[in-house]
Amino acid sequence: MKTLLRAIAALSLFFSVSLALADDAVERGRYLATAGDCAACHTSRNGAPYAGGRVLGTPFGAIPAPNLTPDHATGIGAWHADDFYRAMHSGVGHDGTSLYPVFPFTSYTKVTRADTDAIFAYLRSLPAVKAPAIDNTLRWPYRMRSMMAAWRVLFFDEGEFRPDPKRSAAWNRGAYLVEGLGHCNECHTRRDSFGAPVTDPLVTGGIVPVQNWYAPDLSMARHGGLEGWTEADVVALLKTGRSQKGTAFGPMADVVLRSTQHMTDADLAAMATYLASLPERAPPKPRESAVDARELAQRGAKVYAARCATCHADDGRGKGDAYPPLDGNGSVTDPTGINAIRMVLSGGFAPATPGNPRPYSMPPFSQTLDDDDAAAVVTYIRQAWSNKAASVSPGDVRAYRSTPGT
Amino acid sequence: MRRLLRRLVVVAAVLCTASAAASDASAVPDTLAQRIAACTACHGEHGEGGDNGFNPRLAGKPAGYLVRQMQDFRRGLRHYDVMEYMVAPLTDEYMHEIAAYFAAQDVPYATHPVPSTTPAAMARGEQLATRGDPARGVPACMACHGTALTGVEPDIPGLVGLPYDYVSAQLGSWRTNTRSTVEPDCMATVVGRLTDADISAVSAWLAQRPVPADVHAAPAGSVTPPLRCGVLGASR
Repeated sequence: MKTLLRAIAALSLFFSVSLALADDAVERGRYLATAGDCAACHTSRNGAPYAGGRVLGTPFGAIPAPNLTPDHATGIGAWHADDFYRAMHSGVGHDGTSLYPVFPFTSYTKVTRADTDAIFAYLRSLPAVKAPAIDNTLRWPYRMRSMMAAWRVLFFDEGEFRPDPKRSAAWNRGAYLVEGLGHCNECHTRRDSFGAPVTDPLVTGGIVPVQNWYAPDLSMARHGGLEGWTEADVVALLKTGRSQKGTAFGPMADVVLRSTQHMTDADLAAMATYLASLPERAPPKPRESAVDARELAQRGAKVYAARCATCHADDGRGKGDAYPPLDGNGSVTDPTGINAIRMVLSGGFAPATPGNPRPYSMPPFSQTLDDDDAAAVVTYIRQAWSNKAASVSPGDVRAYRSTPGT
Repeated sequence: MRRLLRRLVVVAAVLCTASAAASDASAVPDTLAQRIAACTACHGEHGEGGDNGFNPRLAGKPAGYLVRQMQDFRRGLRHYDVMEYMVAPLTDEYMHEIAAYFAAQDVPYATHPVPSTTPAAMARGEQLATRGDPARGVPACMACHGTALTGVEPDIPGLVGLPYDYVSAQLGSWRTNTRSTVEPDCMATVVGRLTDADISAVSAWLAQRPVPADVHAAPAGSVTPPLRCGVLGASR
């Protein structure tokens, strides 16, 4: 009798321990899927979490994100952890065909097997949703998946992240998150005409395709896009959506909302440590301002005084936690001028997060400023105070007058 | 004497810093109105609505209705680029606070021009608004929006004081599926039973109607909707 009781006790202990371990993996996977921002693409705006359906525009056509819930027929119900690792690590789908690089396997290849297993365990724990794949609308010849073989040879370096023993644990963790799971380089770089992100050097800034925002260079050193930022500023932006140096807008606001605000302080600090180690950049090539740039800036000074100075201050330093500085703000002086144009035309709210639950906002000026006045005020803020960026033209403003997509 | 002077200097310095700090803090009012400048730029400081047919009045609309609209824009059920972009970074809590702000505003209604229309169309508009068209399964506007058409707390908006352009555009957008809401979407059902001429007629009749003396929404539970509506809590 005693033996039986003991056996039952041992068995129940065994099951609860293995259940707890499984729970641990699921919970770790949930965190990692959040850090990797999988839902940004794999959850549609009005859809079930991870059931796919969001259609991602690319310069080559639109590609809908597939269903990651464990539905057998339409999701990953028939997948094994090996299949999932192969997709993440090698960019190869369940049927053995190559995935398109809109799925950032170019970065995810650095994710460890332990982490892909945890993410897989989490996805398997979700309620199964029947959501059949939608066909892509890639144009010829891009819809020929066989072309991906050549693309992979040219642009894909397969391999898990290898820690640098000479660096700190925090740096290595930050590098893993920025270069791998966080896939920052999928936006914060230029893409060549084959849609391949430039990887050497990493995160040097570029236009986000189709969405048309400028994802800035992430170096905090001289001439970097985050020059003058401290590690605390980086952590604050990722955690709360704002910092003393600038506020997250456009696609980055979405990243903060879905992903980085939920990450641990240790992971955010690690990312900042890594970014702080990025080298200084070459001084920007002087881009000639238009011949009428002086007049444009003078006209812009008047617009600024009338419309902007109340919040951003005459000296461009912004106002406390409410309104970000424009002087020394890399989004104002980005090489293209896109972000400043978009902000002036569309305004909007900083992301609402626990650290900034009732954000201040900026009125959209698209209905009150014509192309000339908008170009004038953007030119002014790009050249006032310590800012030294090139002018923008009324034509540039016209190009980005459409409201940014969500 | 020197000590006194030094003290005075110190006191003066402290006072200056204090007042500088005070002026810096007072520069940005910690009010909701200041925080939502992006809303009021188009909808008016008190949500009185823009000087056009496109930026509707928000003042006095039931809070539940306003929250629903923001959520529908965020979820892509209701389409308007500017609003979809605006509400994307907001939480439900913040939306509730913003909605409560506009719902509590009590400002006079503006008058809007009414397009000229035929007496027959006006009669048709009145019929649809007040009695509906039972033969085609169209309930009266008043059946849900209240006999005074000032809406019903907390989820049904008023239909008074709205410009013709706005009402007709909204009815049209239900038809073209650029405005929808949670299922069952009873406004989509109703609009599906209206003709183009009906939409013009009922929009014109609503727009020409004088704003009543009491514009407040009727109390919760004061209507029994003839259709099952997701926005009123009905499930599919």
